[in-house]
Amino acid sequence: MLSIKDLHVYYGGIKALQGINLDVKEGEVVALIGANGAGKTTTLRSIFRLTPIVKGDIYFYEINLTKLPSYKIASLGIAHVPEGRRVFPNMTVKENLEMGAYLVKDKKVIEKNLEFVYNLFPRLKERQKQLAGTLSGGEQQMLAIGRALMSNARLLLLDEPSMGLAPLLVQEIFSVLKKINEEKITLLLVEQNANMAFSIAHRVYVMETGKIVLSGPTEEIANNEAVKKAYLGG
Amino acid sequence: MVDILQQIINGISLGSIYALIALGYTMVYGILRLINFAHGDIFMVGAFIGYFALGSWNLPFALGLVIAMIGASVVGMIIERFAYRPLRTAPRISLLITAIGVSFLLENLMVLIVGASPRSFPQSIPVDIYNIGGLILTNRQIIILLISILLMILLQFIVMRTKIGKAMRAVSQDKEMALMLGINIDSVIAFTFALGSALAAAGGVLVGLYFNKIEPYMGVMPGLKAFVAAVLGGIGIIPGAMLGGFILGIAEILVSAFISSTVRDAVAFIILIIILLVRPSGLLGKYMREKV
Ligand SMILES: Nc1ncnc2c1ncn2[C@@H]1O[C@H](COP(=O)(O)OP(=O)(O)O)[C@@H](O)[C@H]1O
Ligand SMILES: [Mg+2]
Repeated sequence: MLSIKDLHVYYGGIKALQGINLDVKEGEVVALIGANGAGKTTTLRSIFRLTPIVKGDIYFYEINLTKLPSYKIASLGIAHVPEGRRVFPNMTVKENLEMGAYLVKDKKVIEKNLEFVYNLFPRLKERQKQLAGTLSGGEQQMLAIGRALMSNARLLLLDEPSMGLAPLLVQEIFSVLKKINEEKITLLLVEQNANMAFSIAHRVYVMETGKIVLSGPTEEIANNEAVKKAYLGG
Repeated sequence: MVDILQQIINGISLGSIYALIALGYTMVYGILRLINFAHGDIFMVGAFIGYFALGSWNLPFALGLVIAMIGASVVGMIIERFAYRPLRTAPRISLLITAIGVSFLLENLMVLIVGASPRSFPQSIPVDIYNIGGLILTNRQIIILLISILLMILLQFIVMRTKIGKAMRAVSQDKEMALMLGINIDSVIAFTFALGSALAAAGGVLVGLYFNKIEPYMGVMPGLKAFVAAVLGGIGIIPGAMLGGFILGIAEILVSAFISSTVRDAVAFIILIIILLVRPSGLLGKYMREKV
């Protein structure tokens, strides 16, 4: 479904990505883990062409994303839940969700998606008239995920959805992610919280300073000694 | 008392025109963080398009107004496309200097086309004067106020309720996120310029009707004052621009009536200094959100 081939991204002198190869198959949950500054966010943002790509290609099915303008990428069925949530603070919860469905023409489909999101996150329904900027961190994360789901996306990119959230909320978010995947939506999940990522991922890529250093099925990676030491707290 | 009321009525007429111009400043600032110094000249271009539509083609007033608005929005979109868009990623100061350049260009082009001397605006609506308990009110003042309020309601509706309006708000809050949701931000920005320019053009036609005189530099002072009005209300905030426009118009007329008409143009700048000292985010601005 998604295939990143030999991707190089340089920010001026900083070589943030140095030849990334990564594949995501339909229906999978793929986790991308790595320390702060490894290049995880850069990888996700590159899919939407928001980074200076020096070399390499990104394919979504047969389409080379590196040849498209950023705003055309959503229409292929990819949605991003970015680092820091980036909800529109001065718009209401409902308006934020509507913006997620910006490309959906059919009003009935929008209604149906809204229903689906409100079912996953009843809290958003309670707060639908509230400005997004006044929500708590956890609620904003729910909103960011909900907004991505409004677009009928087949592939969801999630950048550290657990960041800054209390453990209970993290559990809640991840159980929703699992439900989303059961709806045949594919997930590419960036996480620092490797334990949580492993709990839902089928396959894992491990990243260090701009390179993929390890990849494989979750059980294999989770039992790797170096990974245990670096990411699973021993 | 009647005197003060009378001046307030006059101030509201003037203020509604400032408000129309201020809206364009504030919308463009909201979406590009650009003080579009050419905006006052768009107002002037709108007045001239109205002048020709009403004077040379003898169109009815409402039609002339609409043509001026459409014409100016095309000019606004052309300016955005060719002067500002290539500088989207350039330092903001380049954009600002370009805006000043565009302002001179529009003024001098107009001098080239119509000459520098003032022209009298077609009086397509004859004046009616009403005397209500000592208050003098003209039909033109009423028309100005009604058209301004109608346009502001329309704008508010577009921005708050329509899809493109919501996209405008989204783009002004987070361009990258808007892109990732599939919003073509170039067209949204172009639309913003079109809207702002149309409102300024309406202001230009109304000024022509009210003051009966237009010339290529007519946009300079109202442009600056409308900018002050936008800052006063809180730049980037649409209701703020409306509020700021009315306050400025009323303040200006009161000062010129009761203190001295020679300081009338200074009022705006005194207000600007005070607001920058006391409340730089403007009357309706809660805080300044600087984007990194
Ligand atoms: N916009 C940017 N400009 C310059 N350097 C950047 C930018 N974004 C990220 N970087 C650098 O690129 C590297 C990878 O960053 P990032 O992709 O954010 O890592 P991660 O998400 O894994 O923490 C870091 O060294 C970071 O400092
Ligand atoms: Mg990151």
